[in-house]
Amino acid sequence: MDRDKIIEGSGLSYHYTIYDDEGKPAAEQAALDGVDLHVEKGQFIAILGHNGSGKSTLARHLNALLTPDEGTLYVNGYDTRDAQYLLKIRQSAGMVFQNPDNQIIGSVVEEDVGFGPENMGLPTKMIWERVEKALKAVGMWKRRGDSPARLSGGQKQRVAIAGVIAMRPRCIVLDEPTAMLDPGGRKEVLQTIRELNEKEKITIILITHYMEEVTSADQVFVMDHGKIVMSGSPRQIFSKVEELQSYRMDVPQATLLAWKLKQRGLNLPDGILSVEELVDALNQL
Amino acid sequence: MLREITLGQYYPGTSILHRLDPRVKLTGTLVFIVSLFAFSSVSSYLAATAALIVMIVISEVPPGFMLRGLRTIFLLMLITALFNMFLTPGDPIVKVWKLQITREGVEMAIHMAFRLSYLIIGSSIMTLTTTPNQLTDGLETGLHWMNRIHVPVHEIAMMMSIALRFIPILMEETNRIMSAQISRGADFESGGPIRKAKSLIPLLIPLFVSAFRRANDLALAMEARGYHGGDGRTKMKPLIYKKRDRVAYLIIAGYAIVMFLMWKYGKIKLPFLP
Repeated sequence: MDRDKIIEGSGLSYHYTIYDDEGKPAAEQAALDGVDLHVEKGQFIAILGHNGSGKSTLARHLNALLTPDEGTLYVNGYDTRDAQYLLKIRQSAGMVFQNPDNQIIGSVVEEDVGFGPENMGLPTKMIWERVEKALKAVGMWKRRGDSPARLSGGQKQRVAIAGVIAMRPRCIVLDEPTAMLDPGGRKEVLQTIRELNEKEKITIILITHYMEEVTSADQVFVMDHGKIVMSGSPRQIFSKVEELQSYRMDVPQATLLAWKLKQRGLNLPDGILSVEELVDALNQL
Repeated sequence: MLREITLGQYYPGTSILHRLDPRVKLTGTLVFIVSLFAFSSVSSYLAATAALIVMIVISEVPPGFMLRGLRTIFLLMLITALFNMFLTPGDPIVKVWKLQITREGVEMAIHMAFRLSYLIIGSSIMTLTTTPNQLTDGLETGLHWMNRIHVPVHEIAMMMSIALRFIPILMEETNRIMSAQISRGADFESGGPIRKAKSLIPLLIPLFVSAFRRANDLALAMEARGYHGGDGRTKMKPLIYKKRDRVAYLIIAGYAIVMFLMWKYGKIKLPFLP
C-alpha cells in the first residue's frame, strides 16, 4: 500500500436497483462502472460531471456511506468494506453535502460543530478546543452562539465545513457544496476550501459541475456515465473544449472565447483558465 | 394563519431558576405535581400556593405568562367542575328536580380546580425557564437508567432535539409552498371547516415529501459524521450538578415534607360549606 496515497480505488463499480410500481426489482443501473481513483495526500482534486454522471455516488463511497459492488477502495489505508473501520474512515474522510439546511444537526452553531467530536467519544475539554479551532478556521467563531436558521447559505456551509474539520480529517469530500448558494456564498465557501488546503494541508476532493470552481485544483477528473473519461491538470482538461462539450459540461466563458478565437486563426495558448489570462495572452499578440 | 404559530414558551432570563440544572427542575415539577394529587387537602394547598408564589417571584418571569396557560384549559376545568359537583354522591345541599349538588361534590370540584390549575402553572414555570434543548438534555441524562429496561433514551432525546431544530425550517417551507400554491390559484381561506381542511391537502403533501427527503439527507449527514447511536458518545456540554442544584434538591425535599405534614395534621376546612 502506498503511504502517500489517501485514496486508492481500483475497478470500483456500483449498481442501483430500479424498482417497478409493485416494488419488484426491474432494472439495474450502473452508477459507477470500473472507476480507478488515486489521490495523493494534500492535493486539491476536482471531480466534474453533469447530473447523473455518478459523481455523487463516488463521493458517498469515499466516506463509506456506500460500498462498492466490485473493486476495492482504501481510504487512508482502511478498506471501506470492512465495517470495523467505519468510524476511522469517517474520521479520515469528512463529507460536506449540497443542502446546507439538511446537514446541520445542532440548534446552535457551536453544538453542531461539536457533533462529530461527540460521536468520536472525545473528552469535553478537547471537544471545545476542536470546536474553537474549527470555527476560527472557517471564520465563524463570532457566530458560535447563533441559531443556524439565522445564517446565510454560505455561512451555513462554512459551519458544515467546520463540523467536518473538528473531526480532524485527512481529507474532506465536498459534494456540490455550492450548488444551492448565491455567487457571494459560493465565493466564501471556495475561499475557505482553498485556505484549508493550503494552510492545514487537508486533502480536498471537490465534486461539482461548475467548471469555474476547479481552475485552482491540482488535478481534475471528468465523469460521465459512471466512468472517469478525462483526467489531468485544469489546463490540460480545459484545452479540450470539444471533448468537454461532448460530456455536456459548460466551459467557462473565457476558455470558450479563447478556444473560438484560436479556431479562427489567432495564436493563443491552449487551456486559458481565466479572463485575466485571456487578456494577457491577447495583449501579447 | 400558519404564520403565527410560535414554538416553545421559553422566556429568556438569568434568574436562579433559569440557571438551575434541568434535571432539578424536572424533578421539582414532578414532585410538585405528585404532591398535588397525593396530599390533597385545603391546608396543603395553602402550602402549594405559597411555594408557587415564591417560584413565580424568583423566576423573574411576568406572572401574566404563567397564567396564560390557564386560559387554554379553562373550559376543561369548568366541565370537570360541573361533572364533579353534580355526579358525586353524598349529602345534597341543593336539589333541583333530579339533579343534586352534594357537599362532597363541591369539595371535589374545588380540589380538582386547584390541582389542574396548579399543575399547569407549575409546569409553565419549568418550560418558561428552561430552553427546549436543556429540557431534552435533562431528560436524556436524568432518565439514563431507563436504558437498562431497554428504553432507547438517547435516541428519543436525539429525535426530540432534531424535531426542534427542524421546526423553523419546515415553517419556512410551509410558507413557501403556501405562496407557491396561492400564486397558482389555491384558496386556503374561504369555505367551511371541511373545505378548509381539504384545501390543506395540496399544502401537506409537498410538505411531507420534502420532510422525508430532508430526513434522508440528515440521516446521511449524521452517519457521515460518525453518528452511531448513544454508545461511546461524549457530551460537549455535560450536565454537572453545582452547589445550587444540591440546595434546590434539599428545598424540594423540604417542600414535599411540608406538604405531607399539612395534609396529615392541617385542620382547615372549607369555611363556607355547612
